[in-house]
Amino acid sequence: MDFMQFVWAGLGNGAIYALIALGFGVVHGAMGIVNFVQVDLVTLGGMLLYSASVLAGLPVPVGLLAAVVGTALVAMFVERLGLRPARTNHPLVLVFLTVGISIVLRGAIQMVWGKNRMAVPPITEDVPVRLWGAMVLPQTLWMMALTVAAIGALVWFFRGTNLGLAMRAVASNPTAAAVVGIPAGRVRMAAFAVAGACGGLAGALVTPVTTLSADVGVLLGLKGFAAAILGGFGSFPGAVAGGVLLGLVESLAAAYVSSAYKDALAFVVLVLVLCWRPSGIVRQ
Amino acid sequence: MDGLTRARWLHFFWSHRLGLGVLAAAGAVLLFPWYTDNPYTMGLTNRIALMSIAVLGLNLFMGCTGQISLGHAAFMAVGAYTSGILTVHAGWSPWLALAVAVAAAAGLSLAVGVPLLRLSGHALAMATLACNVVVHHVLLQEDRWTGGPSGLAGIPPLTVAQWAVDDPVRLHVVLWLVVLVVMFGGLNLVRSLPGRGLMVLAADEVCAACLGVPVARAKVFLWTLSAVLAAVAGSLFAHTYGFVSPDSFGIFVSTDLAIMVVLGGMGSVWGSVLGAAVIVLLPEFSELAETYKEFVHGGILVAILLVAPQGMIRGIRQAVALAWWRAQRGRSDAAA
Repeated sequence: MDFMQFVWAGLGNGAIYALIALGFGVVHGAMGIVNFVQVDLVTLGGMLLYSASVLAGLPVPVGLLAAVVGTALVAMFVERLGLRPARTNHPLVLVFLTVGISIVLRGAIQMVWGKNRMAVPPITEDVPVRLWGAMVLPQTLWMMALTVAAIGALVWFFRGTNLGLAMRAVASNPTAAAVVGIPAGRVRMAAFAVAGACGGLAGALVTPVTTLSADVGVLLGLKGFAAAILGGFGSFPGAVAGGVLLGLVESLAAAYVSSAYKDALAFVVLVLVLCWRPSGIVRQ
Repeated sequence: MDGLTRARWLHFFWSHRLGLGVLAAAGAVLLFPWYTDNPYTMGLTNRIALMSIAVLGLNLFMGCTGQISLGHAAFMAVGAYTSGILTVHAGWSPWLALAVAVAAAAGLSLAVGVPLLRLSGHALAMATLACNVVVHHVLLQEDRWTGGPSGLAGIPPLTVAQWAVDDPVRLHVVLWLVVLVVMFGGLNLVRSLPGRGLMVLAADEVCAACLGVPVARAKVFLWTLSAVLAAVAGSLFAHTYGFVSPDSFGIFVSTDLAIMVVLGGMGSVWGSVLGAAVIVLLPEFSELAETYKEFVHGGILVAILLVAPQGMIRGIRQAVALAWWRAQRGRSDAAA
């Protein structure tokens, strides 16, 4: 049945959008800004996987790990060198600072990896599996499984570790957190690392399916942002719900409405939902 | 010159700073073609003028409401393509097309703005970005009218009396005249009664609402005004280059417009033109290093925002005030 086929495709993309949206949400939680660097961290994740698995010949799972750790490190540098020296707390200026850093990072990525499209082998061999009347690529299942695992890790991180607790404290009241001795700067850096890891994982997971170049990363990243807003910015369940919903809408719209307007329709739905419910679909 | 005369002159300059500033800008614009008529240089300054018109409008919206719009290139697209389609497919005169383009943008911005301006912050930024993506897609797909990805060519230039505005010097006069008019309007708006209300809105939305400023209506007004100015810029763009393509109005152009606003300083009219100039000229300076172009472009942007987060105009003003103060202190130290 075709319908299930499109649902699976939508769920796979939705998982990617959810991961990127989580990255947006973590930084928003810690700093109250939209971090547009997230967009390029997705690209970077894919590129690092390419370098590790195709150029260096490492097995794909190791490459995946390297990509995640690498993007997390880059994200930490971005916070330390790009955002912390800013002489302002004005969120709008900080947002545009991230836009500037994003341009720098995109330039750097193009310098290192060039403008070609990258293709990377999937985690396990590309033999479709028959599931509920649809043929599903194993990579789609990996996307969903690893996203669920990442969400689990995030929940544990925010509820079970001191650093996660500190991050929630900084998010809810930075001044009070500073008063009780939480180093806000280091916590924000950790938030960037988490966001970078989410973005890098998303990029590394999606590269075998879509092939990656700088502009694909941008479109993916923006859809992740859309998913975050759709679910309710800053809410983790919202990010997941927004991601899955966006993925499904896009896939079904491409199938049943118009494939030419696939990307546009997702955004139209987003605008309509925002008109109906300005703070996203998940109430906080 | 004794102290009193000097104080009088200073008072004169200070109290007439707006008029004198605009007069000086007008003079500079008028004399520029005598300074250089190199078509390449004039092409750049004309581009600055085009962007300035859109940035001035966007800055009114962003500066007064404190909201981000990442979709104003869509209104430029509406202006440019309305002009383009009406002149190429229907054979209208450019001025009439420009008027219709402005009306179209005003109507569209009202239709979009009334529901969307209830949003604020990141949600509004996303919604405007989404609108831009949708408009970009429509331009790409409806190739019967828009020419699709390859664009729409053969748009006639504007004509003033019997002169076609098609060489750099004539374009310079027309475009910068529009910039000056918009600038003067923007500077004057602040001094009217609704303008004072908008200034309060810029400082604090709740406070403005308490003082009786119709916040929602003011936001829609500013939004529509900025969309109209973007459409004017877009329409002039179409008649200037004779060719439009969807990529001239993508989301990166929208972010560039917003960056110009932030670089120049939110709510700063002079800053808008300066911001537009910096972003248009940046790629020219980094021409030496073609491969590092984006790298340099982003790096300079980050550097400016790190050093002068309140915008370049205010940053320069503060630096000058600081230098002045240091000089004064040095003088009084020497006297003591």
